[in-house]
Amino acid sequence: MHAPPLQHHFPDIEQQRHAAKLGTWIFLSSELLFFNALFAIYAFYRVKYPEMFQVGVSHNMKWLGTINTAILILGSVCIASAVNFLRLARRGPAIFLTLVTCLCGIGYITIKSIEYGFHFDEGIYPGGAGHFFVEHPEHGLKAFFTTYFLLTGLHMIHVAIAVAILGWMAWWVHRDRIGPWGAYRLGLVALYWHFVDTIWLFLWPMFYLMGART
Amino acid sequence: MKNYLNDETTIWSWVATTDHKRIGLMFFVLTILALMVGGTFALLLRLEHLTPRYTIMSAFAYNQTFTLHGVIMVWFFLIPSIPSVFGNFFVPIMLGAQDVAFPRINLFTVYLYLAGALVVFIGMVVGGTDTGWTFYPPYSAQTYTALMPVLVGVFILGFSTILTGLNLIVTIHTLRAKGMGWMQMPLFCWAMYGVSVIQVLATPVLGMVLLLLTIDHGLDWGLFDPARGGDVVLFQHLFWFYSHPAVYIMILPAMGVISEVIPTFAHKNPLSYRAIAYSTFGIAFIGFLTWGHHMFVSGMSTFDAGIFGILSMFVAVFSAIKVFTWTGTLYKGAVSLKTPLVYVFGFLFLFVFGGMTGVAQATTSLDVHWHDTYFIVAHFHFIMVGASLTAWLAAVHYWWPKMFGRMYPEKWAIAAAILVLLGFVGTFFPQFLLGNGGMPRRYYHYAEKFQPLHVMSTAGSWVLALGLLLALVYLLWSLFYGERAPRNPWGSRSFEWSAPTPPPKHNFEATPVFPPSAYDYSRPVEF
Amino acid sequence: MNELLRQILYLPEQASTISNDIDHLHFWVIGTTMAGSSIVFFCAIWFTFRYRRRSEDQLTPQVRAAPLELAFIGFLITFFVVVWVIGFRQFVRIRTPPQDAMVVYVTGKQWMWKFSYPEGKSTIATLVVPARRKVKLMITSRDVIHSFFVPAFRLKQDALPGMYTTLWFEAKSPGVYKIFCAEYCGLDHSRMWGDVLVLDPEEFDRWMEGTPTEDVVAMPAGYHRRTIADHVHPEVNPAPFAMTVEARPRSMADIGREVAEKRGCLSCHTLDGQPHLGPTWRGLWGRTVTLTTGEKVVADEAYLTRSMMDPMVQIVQSFGPIMPTYQGLLDPAEVGALLELIRSLRSTLPDDARYPVPLVDQAGRPPLQHVDPDRAKVVRDLPAELTP
Repeated sequence: MHAPPLQHHFPDIEQQRHAAKLGTWIFLSSELLFFNALFAIYAFYRVKYPEMFQVGVSHNMKWLGTINTAILILGSVCIASAVNFLRLARRGPAIFLTLVTCLCGIGYITIKSIEYGFHFDEGIYPGGAGHFFVEHPEHGLKAFFTTYFLLTGLHMIHVAIAVAILGWMAWWVHRDRIGPWGAYRLGLVALYWHFVDTIWLFLWPMFYLMGART
Repeated sequence: MKNYLNDETTIWSWVATTDHKRIGLMFFVLTILALMVGGTFALLLRLEHLTPRYTIMSAFAYNQTFTLHGVIMVWFFLIPSIPSVFGNFFVPIMLGAQDVAFPRINLFTVYLYLAGALVVFIGMVVGGTDTGWTFYPPYSAQTYTALMPVLVGVFILGFSTILTGLNLIVTIHTLRAKGMGWMQMPLFCWAMYGVSVIQVLATPVLGMVLLLLTIDHGLDWGLFDPARGGDVVLFQHLFWFYSHPAVYIMILPAMGVISEVIPTFAHKNPLSYRAIAYSTFGIAFIGFLTWGHHMFVSGMSTFDAGIFGILSMFVAVFSAIKVFTWTGTLYKGAVSLKTPLVYVFGFLFLFVFGGMTGVAQATTSLDVHWHDTYFIVAHFHFIMVGASLTAWLAAVHYWWPKMFGRMYPEKWAIAAAILVLLGFVGTFFPQFLLGNGGMPRRYYHYAEKFQPLHVMSTAGSWVLALGLLLALVYLLWSLFYGERAPRNPWGSRSFEWSAPTPPPKHNFEATPVFPPSAYDYSRPVEF
Repeated sequence: MNELLRQILYLPEQASTISNDIDHLHFWVIGTTMAGSSIVFFCAIWFTFRYRRRSEDQLTPQVRAAPLELAFIGFLITFFVVVWVIGFRQFVRIRTPPQDAMVVYVTGKQWMWKFSYPEGKSTIATLVVPARRKVKLMITSRDVIHSFFVPAFRLKQDALPGMYTTLWFEAKSPGVYKIFCAEYCGLDHSRMWGDVLVLDPEEFDRWMEGTPTEDVVAMPAGYHRRTIADHVHPEVNPAPFAMTVEARPRSMADIGREVAEKRGCLSCHTLDGQPHLGPTWRGLWGRTVTLTTGEKVVADEAYLTRSMMDPMVQIVQSFGPIMPTYQGLLDPAEVGALLELIRSLRSTLPDDARYPVPLVDQAGRPPLQHVDPDRAKVVRDLPAELTP
């Protein structure tokens, strides 16, 4: 387990780590603003079409959404534990738990894709396309489902990115025999997973719970 | 003598450099190229306006030209012109650091800029787009033109902006020299910090908006299509939520330059360091709350319009604090009128004039007449060209000796500055009158009675172009034949002048020890 | 004084009841702007001269001046608030239509303005209103965002698709005032002009009762009545229509679509079956149409070409004689492209009982041998008055 590389322009390793942490948080805040625009769209259309948004929310499958929530939270628990294990120099469990988190992400994507399949079967496509909207021509439903596909679709892409980065991290810890000093790096990447999870914790009530009639 | 320019001379040493100075230089070249392309479009537009109807291009070509002029000037020139060039180059040196916090990310931002520029260029080649740089739907969802490459190119460029901002914020937080508190660093760093905060928080919203338009235009999701429940005013809110802070991205760096040039050429401390530092944050914060003033007649509620109006005026108060401080800095100074200061005087007049017309527009009732007319065009060009471009020219001349080790020829520079400033006023002052008269913007045809003012404006544009070309010529000349520059030609107390001219790869020969203040002209200069 | 400043600042005449107030505020604010920037500039110049550098190593005192700066800020904020209050009150006036205003419906579409009155009259491009009466406009758009702008009134309001916006005004005296579109809306954005024709209230009432516009007594000087021809005959534009490199091959029908936009055909003819100023092109190809003379003809290439070149000869029943001729304005390739476009819109719905056979052999055309089912279909969902 070799010493951490100190970059020439930092006075010491502490400062370098501090900079890495600050940089990660700033990056996450920019990602948050990225999603904020979408939350604003949802809020706007929800206020404009309150009835139809309730209909749309009721239409979504609450149990699928809840399973997805559980999976993502499980992933968060796993990755947090992985960071802790790495701090205690226990690389094996750290790598294993990181991979479990990746699996959670993949599981999430799978379930989400199946859910999209259900929507397509019913004739619900983004952009108000599909025969569902011929039978239910209200504007608010089109707005709801387009917003739904937009937010969950973009979120899914971010889950995929998180899975990729975490997988790469697991590989790095394994290949370079990384020791406790690398735990902070795994922690920073874990932050990204937590961010993605937190976004979902807003999407879940927005699209599955708020105003559902069943 | 070894410096950052001749340290290594292979192509690879430039292509893969992590030296913030080389990266700043690459952005310098790229932004100048963008200025030339955008400026050429502007000259073509002005040529078209010599007559009320067809002069040199069709209406369709005209619509494409003003769109691309806006896109290139805003995103590929103005936004990176100071932060990515002078911010990258000088912030580490001013802080006594060897580089920015994340040098490899810094290099990545250059390639993001190039990728974005390439994609927009492809868009231009396959026909460009004709929506205006504001891309309002439903027109942007319907247009047959090549909108996608332009949207995608700007989206990619947005990441360059975000990462530059991120880098500068972390640099300023973590790489200040030992003993340098927040209130000791040069004011330019405060400006860079403020602009970086805006860049990090506002640009992602733009990215999302561009993505939504891409989806709307390309996949026909009808997010803003009224027939599918969409709302066209929602787009405007989202777009301007970014684009209003964007204008502060374009002016705060300029203000940072002014805050450096005036103390240096007046050999005097700023009237109030804190006023300038804090007002930067006032602008950055309130600037996020004023976007609705672009939409007074778009169908928003009267009450909201009022709120946006009064908040827009408050932003002007922070700018006024700066102007007062800058002017007061000259009081009891030892002023030497060199080219950078000439540009600063231009800035002072044009920024106050342009800014006050902004306040005028914020008095909602007046804006009902002015909105979407040439008055608005004149207003924002006064700020973007009269203030930002002028400050950029001041920065170029101010820091030229440090960056290249050569002095520019002073007499030619003053002549060019006069041409630029007079040409600018000649181009854009008539446009205030055109707007008053009721000439709408983005108009290919116009009523006959407006022709004399248009001809004046076009003549002014030629003088402005001449001034800029002259500057380009003598600056290039000076690289080879200019007088060699000493370490501190201006006798400035600001910290970057303590580094060698030009700086070596790691900026300083030894770890620098700075005096407590960058603006203490009551004692002799230490470097 | 008002007049002098108005001329210096290049402002149009003050034709609405609110124009004067807006201009007065304008004068104050602009005056302050000029004064403020000049003061700053001259201060800077004066300091530069008074405190010019006498030697390179001259030192300067460290000056601080907080109280003066605070006073300055206080003054500025007061000024801004006062100006804002005045302006906002004017804005509220602009945005609050009075209860007793007469209503006119305004529709913006690419690239013209259409006005409809509740009493039933409708006009294109000319908004006829009475002087000294309050008028409230209900504005919307058929397609993209436009903006209804009358500089002489100092008023504008965006026209949004999918919703109504309002604007009200009271014109001071009779006259003609230009309308511009002030929100970029595409190719002919800069030609989407109109006029507000302000008549004396009695003249207006006579017009509303049916007197044609040109017979209204005391037309304001300089008024040029706009016709459809003003809109669909753009000045000849010798430059290439599109400086584009096409990324994919286009059919003639696509080219026809562009020609139809560019030449203004779509100002009067729709492509989606909606009735408008001229017959819709959807389902037109090969359909038998009834003319104003009662005669029935088949809409084939000959008929359609003749309609473009000599439109007054054969006019479809229930439409007016308003189409201008395109003789000399369309080259053969463009005519062909338009025909292809119309042909691409022919009806392909399955036929049912309505299977019209052209009833008469027309002079000068070959006698009918058989009926081509493709060419004689009817679009079922067209309104009754447009079908044979």
